[in-house]
Amino acid sequence: MKTLVIAEHNNISLSVLTLSVANAISSISKTFDLVVVGSDCHEVAKQASQINGCEKVYLVDDPEYKYQLAENTSKLIVKLVKNYQNLAISHSTFGKNLLPRIAAQLDVMPISDIVQIKKEDIFVRAMHAGNILATIKSSDTIKLLSIRASAFPQIDVQSDSAPIEKIDVVIQNNQAKFISMEYPEVQRPDLTSADVIIAGGRALKSAENFCLIEELADLFGGSVGATRAAVDAGYIANEFQIGQTGKVVAPNLYFAVGISGAIQHLAGMKDSKIIIAINTDQEAPIFQVADYGLVGDLFEIVPEIIKILKK
Amino acid sequence: MKILVCVKQVINPYAKVFPDEENKIVRSNNARYSINPFDEIAVEEAVRLKEKYGFEVIIVGIGSLDIQESMRRALAIGADRGILVNTDVELCTLVVSKIIAKLAQEENINLIVMGKQSTDGDHSHTGQMVAGLLDWPQGTFVSELTIGDDYLKVVREVDNGLETLQLVMPAVITVDLRLNEPRYPSLPNIIKAKNKPLNKINFSDLNIPEHTGYEEIRYDSPLKREQGIILSGSEELVDKLNLSSMVVK
Repeated sequence: MKTLVIAEHNNISLSVLTLSVANAISSISKTFDLVVVGSDCHEVAKQASQINGCEKVYLVDDPEYKYQLAENTSKLIVKLVKNYQNLAISHSTFGKNLLPRIAAQLDVMPISDIVQIKKEDIFVRAMHAGNILATIKSSDTIKLLSIRASAFPQIDVQSDSAPIEKIDVVIQNNQAKFISMEYPEVQRPDLTSADVIIAGGRALKSAENFCLIEELADLFGGSVGATRAAVDAGYIANEFQIGQTGKVVAPNLYFAVGISGAIQHLAGMKDSKIIIAINTDQEAPIFQVADYGLVGDLFEIVPEIIKILKK
Repeated sequence: MKILVCVKQVINPYAKVFPDEENKIVRSNNARYSINPFDEIAVEEAVRLKEKYGFEVIIVGIGSLDIQESMRRALAIGADRGILVNTDVELCTLVVSKIIAKLAQEENINLIVMGKQSTDGDHSHTGQMVAGLLDWPQGTFVSELTIGDDYLKVVREVDNGLETLQLVMPAVITVDLRLNEPRYPSLPNIIKAKNKPLNKINFSDLNIPEHTGYEEIRYDSPLKREQGIILSGSEELVDKLNLSSMVVK
């Protein structure tokens, strides 16, 4: 069984999501190869080569791949994946954007948002906002898998490194052009791999009030999350959205602050280890998934918790 | 210019769903079906482009005849006509994409606008697959769309923030929630929509084979979390979970 893992990265460092993908895949494919596509990304290839189980890293390094756009990257992967039985990627916006396009060219049905791998051809994936787990049997000759990173721990890295093989295939992209990006500076851990997440809902009432959430998060070295309602209201940027259509997280500790618990939000956080809910409404659905609940005004409770913790 | 918009009909996204006793079918107590919310945003965006530039907007629906309800809604929002590809077989996203790609070619479409995912399957496949089949550029998870002479500018919601791309046309767009707020169709428009052309064709007449490599063999409910406890206040919470020990110095 040969498996190729597509590395997720920003040309500087390897995303930890790829470590979870590698771990997931190692249950059916002890060793695997990785492919790093980008520009000036040799350092990423080095990091990828140290993943436990990695046999070889393909490095495709050219300015044409700087933004890893799907149009040409998919064609490149189609060329590389010929002798493999599995192709795996994270179910992030990067993976979601790329994998189906590859699948169409290979005439294969991809299996997305995998939360469990049962056998080499049996997978479990979430659907209906996580309220249904579907067991999938795939008989496609190559399995295209996108992995929910938060459902798998990260694989170990080691000091030994696998060989890096440079591939010189440059495919032009005349169809799509990168213009700009707005990535706010990240001071806190990535949401999908954070240990502690403090998430706020519409009850926060303003962007300014989100500093309460941030203050609590920083006490734990944690991350800040939000509901769709809070993002729609403009309290916080889209990349903090947790839910069916945002990020899916599973930290050790999840604080739901002023969050009522719509199905769509629960889809993104109900696999957290411990959930604490703070809400004025005791009937709010969030209390049905919370391990611990505090009923009351978040503007009193959160400062109180911060005060105690700062003692 | 011609825009093609795809609509899917899904179990109401707020309804509780569960597997049947044999774990073979997903059921819902209040089985109300409605247009996939992302597709409704796609329809709205296409109609706004039509109102601004005079494009023709064509709706494609694939499935049983029940899907007419969602297609009529799209026509009431302002689309011009519909194509219903009738089948009672549950098709996987790969086959659905092949149907859309074929219709797009037959109709000489310039722009395909779709929802970024459906709230039932949650795959997030079809737009990217259609783009791959046609070898057209793709703009996925779009929250802002501007149109130029022969190109599109899209702002995409990605995990790290926002990304702006320029695409040549023809192209495929998949839309995110913040692109627009769909209008509520007026009564006259709902009535008018009943008379708009809705052409029915059979899936079997398209000569697209079904895909046999993918099978959903059973459905389960996820494990339920145990009922939690309501605590008396902040002190109890901090003590109970020993939160102080987790504070980073």
